[in-house]
Amino acid sequence: MTHPPASIAGAASNPRLKLSGISKIYPTVVANDRVDLSVRPGEIRAILGENGAGKSTLMKMIYGVTRPSAGQIFWEGQDVQVTSPAHARSLGIGMVFQHFSLFETLTVVENVALALPGAQALDELAERITEVSTRYGLPVDPRRHIHALSVGERQRVEIIRCLLQDPRLLIMDEPTSVLTPQAVRKLFETLRQLSDEGCSILYISHKLDEIRELCHTATVLRAGKVTGECEPARETPQSMARLMIGKELPHCEHSQAAASGEVRLRLAGLSHAADDPFGVDLKDIHLEVHAGEIVGIAGVSGNGQQELLRAISGEEPLAERFPVQICNVEAGRLKPGQRRKLGLCFVPEERLGRGAVPGMALADNALLTASHTQGLVRGGLVDAGRARAFAERCIEAFKVKCGGAGAPAKSLSGGNLQKFIVGREILQAPRLLVCAQPTWGVDVGAAALIRQALIDLRDRGCAVLVISEELDELFEICDRITVIAKGRLSPARPTAQTTVEDIGVWMSGLWPGAETDEPLAAPTPAESLHA
Amino acid sequence: MDANLFTSMLFATVVAGTPLIIVALGLLVSERAGVLNLGAEGMMAMGAVTAFAITHHSGSPWLGVLAGMSAGMAMALLFGVLTLTLMANQVASGLALAIFGVGLAAFVGKPYEAVALQAVPPIRIPFIADIPLIGEALYNQQLLVYFSWALFWGLLWFLYRSRAGLVLRAVGESPASAHAIGYPVIRIRYLAVLFGGAMAGIGGAFLSVFYTPMWAEGMVAGRGWIALALVVFATWRPLRVMIGAYLFGGVMITQLFIQGSGLQIDFPSQFLSSLPYWATIVVLVVISRNVNTIRLNSPLSLGKPYRPDA
Amino acid sequence: MLELEARAEPSRLMPWLSPLLAVALTLVGGMLLFLALGKDPIEGFRIFFLNPVRDLYAVSELLLKATPLMLCAIGLAIGFRANVWNIGAEGQFMLGAVAATGVALYFDGSQSSLLLPAMVAAGALGGALWASIPAFLRTHFNANEILVSLMLVYVAQLFVSWLVFGPWRDPDGFNFPQTKMFDDAATMPMLLEGTRLHMGFAIAIGLLVAGHVFMNHSFTGFRMRVAGEAAAAARYAGFSASRMIWAGLLAGGAAAGIAGMGEVAGPMGQLTDKVGSGYGFAAIIVAFVGRLNAFGILLASLLMALLYIGGEQAQQYLNLPSSISMVFQGMLLFFLLGSDVFINYRLRLRRRAA
Repeated sequence: MTHPPASIAGAASNPRLKLSGISKIYPTVVANDRVDLSVRPGEIRAILGENGAGKSTLMKMIYGVTRPSAGQIFWEGQDVQVTSPAHARSLGIGMVFQHFSLFETLTVVENVALALPGAQALDELAERITEVSTRYGLPVDPRRHIHALSVGERQRVEIIRCLLQDPRLLIMDEPTSVLTPQAVRKLFETLRQLSDEGCSILYISHKLDEIRELCHTATVLRAGKVTGECEPARETPQSMARLMIGKELPHCEHSQAAASGEVRLRLAGLSHAADDPFGVDLKDIHLEVHAGEIVGIAGVSGNGQQELLRAISGEEPLAERFPVQICNVEAGRLKPGQRRKLGLCFVPEERLGRGAVPGMALADNALLTASHTQGLVRGGLVDAGRARAFAERCIEAFKVKCGGAGAPAKSLSGGNLQKFIVGREILQAPRLLVCAQPTWGVDVGAAALIRQALIDLRDRGCAVLVISEELDELFEICDRITVIAKGRLSPARPTAQTTVEDIGVWMSGLWPGAETDEPLAAPTPAESLHA
Repeated sequence: MDANLFTSMLFATVVAGTPLIIVALGLLVSERAGVLNLGAEGMMAMGAVTAFAITHHSGSPWLGVLAGMSAGMAMALLFGVLTLTLMANQVASGLALAIFGVGLAAFVGKPYEAVALQAVPPIRIPFIADIPLIGEALYNQQLLVYFSWALFWGLLWFLYRSRAGLVLRAVGESPASAHAIGYPVIRIRYLAVLFGGAMAGIGGAFLSVFYTPMWAEGMVAGRGWIALALVVFATWRPLRVMIGAYLFGGVMITQLFIQGSGLQIDFPSQFLSSLPYWATIVVLVVISRNVNTIRLNSPLSLGKPYRPDA
Repeated sequence: MLELEARAEPSRLMPWLSPLLAVALTLVGGMLLFLALGKDPIEGFRIFFLNPVRDLYAVSELLLKATPLMLCAIGLAIGFRANVWNIGAEGQFMLGAVAATGVALYFDGSQSSLLLPAMVAAGALGGALWASIPAFLRTHFNANEILVSLMLVYVAQLFVSWLVFGPWRDPDGFNFPQTKMFDDAATMPMLLEGTRLHMGFAIAIGLLVAGHVFMNHSFTGFRMRVAGEAAAAARYAGFSASRMIWAGLLAGGAAAGIAGMGEVAGPMGQLTDKVGSGYGFAAIIVAFVGRLNAFGILLASLLMALLYIGGEQAQQYLNLPSSISMVFQGMLLFFLLGSDVFINYRLRLRRRAA
């Protein structure tokens, strides 16, 4: 289903935006180093680079959120200093953020009003929102509160907010990480329509397939520098990956799963009403994870992943014992520490502040979960020497780049901290490992190492449950895959017997035999694609 | 209860509730912007002593109120510099402000402890003040009582009808998002904190110039803290601040009336005097019990420092 | 223009330098204040800061003043590290004093050597009991412990006042609001002959050491630190939040209660309605200036005691209200909070682009 990108409407004209020698220097890092870039009217240009390459910083400078340390920005031939986002918007630049800049407790129309200049009559504005949303196939109800919207709907609000200002340049920061494959296709239609109308688009991503499908041109960033330009349609994923990371994409050694062992995790009809008013209720979840296999849970974020993880880890204890069984013990009412004693280890989604205490040394962070399994506490007192030794073992085994066991967690890069946390959990020799977003925001090298470590752990007979929003990752490492949507879990399928397309459809809650308690039956055509 | 007693109790309740309303509504604005200023007690104390001193020297209570307001704002500015510019911990800085303000007020107020002010006559609103039972109590009051009502209506309009109020709420919910779409978060927070300080100063001025009228060390007597509790009780909504403040005023006045009534009841006066404090605790418990009410209503960024990266 | 710039890593030096910087700035601020009040700043400095340490007796008075401060502060620090904001130490101090007084009055005339230990235990229990109210309301009803513990200070003050005006009033005391003087057996033994420095100081030093071991070497202390720095990490690791709240408040209450006991069984020798003299609030400043660290608290409590006595001296010799010490204390904390910005940021001179 790959559309070769159409020719650019205004191919011959002058660049709409041109960056010349843009640098951004922070005390710790050089985020951008003399970046040159231009985009013409109607052009969809990809900004390609892996996590930490400096893509987001560059876009924030164009949008006036931060200022460049050096270099010039030309807007339609004029040398400009973009002083604020409001200034950028008045020039005709719109931006859709990766982590949305919406206000949960306000309504859609209030959120839109905040980004428009001058006082707005909210009723009129609501009409204009409806108008734009029909025109571009972005259905959304202007009167609803943001916290009641799905992630996909929130993204539509962000896009509409930009479109209402008739942008001539639209910046999209990793827009597809929150969408199902079908919704991605719908988004691409909208973007192509905009491009045909002459709007320029800067499309930030690290997903090679998407870029080849959508973008006319691409600028590749590595470690803050431009390492190449290309026409994605003429490249292979391999050739673009080389530009992006400077070498071949690493691959995992993946043998077939050994014959399934005993059940280490059983979810037996787990239902739980969310305590958090913005949370998702879990509904009758069944799942078994066996020793020696990796089971993956796919899904668009905000469909109950957080709540499910908390129910398994014990951070949110349940009212009953039986729904969560760890190594044949009914553990629903046990606390996290008691579940760890049964052999559970857990890598949470947030690294800083949950998986690790930012201001504490790695040795202290080792103590966080390994105090019991590694015998780091004696007679109520901490054995600092042993805690340090264990931290050093994690650092060495997982090649963590840091200033030693005494370095505070917040001084590590995302990839290195994730390696440390994964190492801390794996080196405790768990019987069951639950891992959320194992490679989220991690560089390619660290991601490969972590994935390989998970596979090796499985081969040693551990049961592994992975929750991820990256379908590619799940297909790479999992033996079986299941999908979570609106707090329900689909049946698990062997990875070899399913496809990304199927799982994509399931991600909107439409798997065979799916029960629904919401009127999913009669959605609008667009709704069914986006939900 | 005879009619006169009712009228005078209602009158006293309104008077007792007024400083709480003014201070709590000011704090509500700064908390809506995401800034938790625990220094209300100190700002009120400084407002009270400054207003008293200026009134004493100038003879004009209105100059006094203005001075009290400025003193409250000066204290709030100090807090703002610490927490907004220097990013100090809001809780620690608020506590520091409370301790410092009370101490400084005691220090500068020493010479005024034996001074008396002339009572300021109330302002009688023609015709409606003649309504039986409530007229005398509600419409023959100090100007600042009417001011507290105007403040309430103004704030309702500001928060829910004006664009500036929308921006304020947005900043309080997510300063990072507000910054990303281009609002000057720190400047808005400064304004909100200064407004809180101004109101705390006026509230203090009301105590020393109109309510008692005198100055004594410790005369604020925890009202700053009670106002902070009221904002939580009100789940950050102005109407509930009004209701809460008058409820508190009622508790304070009732125990005073019982003590002063000469009724020979076998109950120590100290226990009666502690009623408003117990009431604060009970109210906090009742409203905080439901975690979701607080989560849904409290400004999401409350108490968290924010600094935009340049 | 001057700009704050984030440091790549937090400074290792500044956490120790910034209290010194704060003290220096407080001194400068104090001199300016004396100038503004029309006093000779050098003379003011001498009276305020040097008089309190001019001889051994003066030093013993300084240590006496520092005793309740370090007791209250070490207890508070344990809670503050876990983000448990007990600011009602003043009330817990009073309740400790009340409980100890109760024991002393009940066993009036007893010569038992167990009487004093019983009073210490009662003081700790009284303070802890008062602190258990905010702990219970926080863990069961999520009620903010800052406001509850603070309200209970006012209640405690009224309670003490009721006792000394009512049931516990000394019948031979000419109607003064105070109890009768304690017997010798119910009074703290002196540490130094000819001074008022009593056993309470030794207890305080002992508790500082115990507090240090608890905060820095025990696993519970570690868990409380995690809870304070990253609540989500504590939940993830399975550290019970309510246990941290209880531990923080009870430790603070017990320590403050012992401090209260030390006052009534020490320099006061009886319970009066003036028993709460602001030590509980000053201890908040001590805990912060001492960086929530036992050794730091020792130094900070001495500094704060100096400010207290300096204030009394200023009243006596400079004819200034003694509340000037509160002004100094507040300044000290403000300067400390301000100086702390340099732990994570540095000042940089930057020319603004045109």
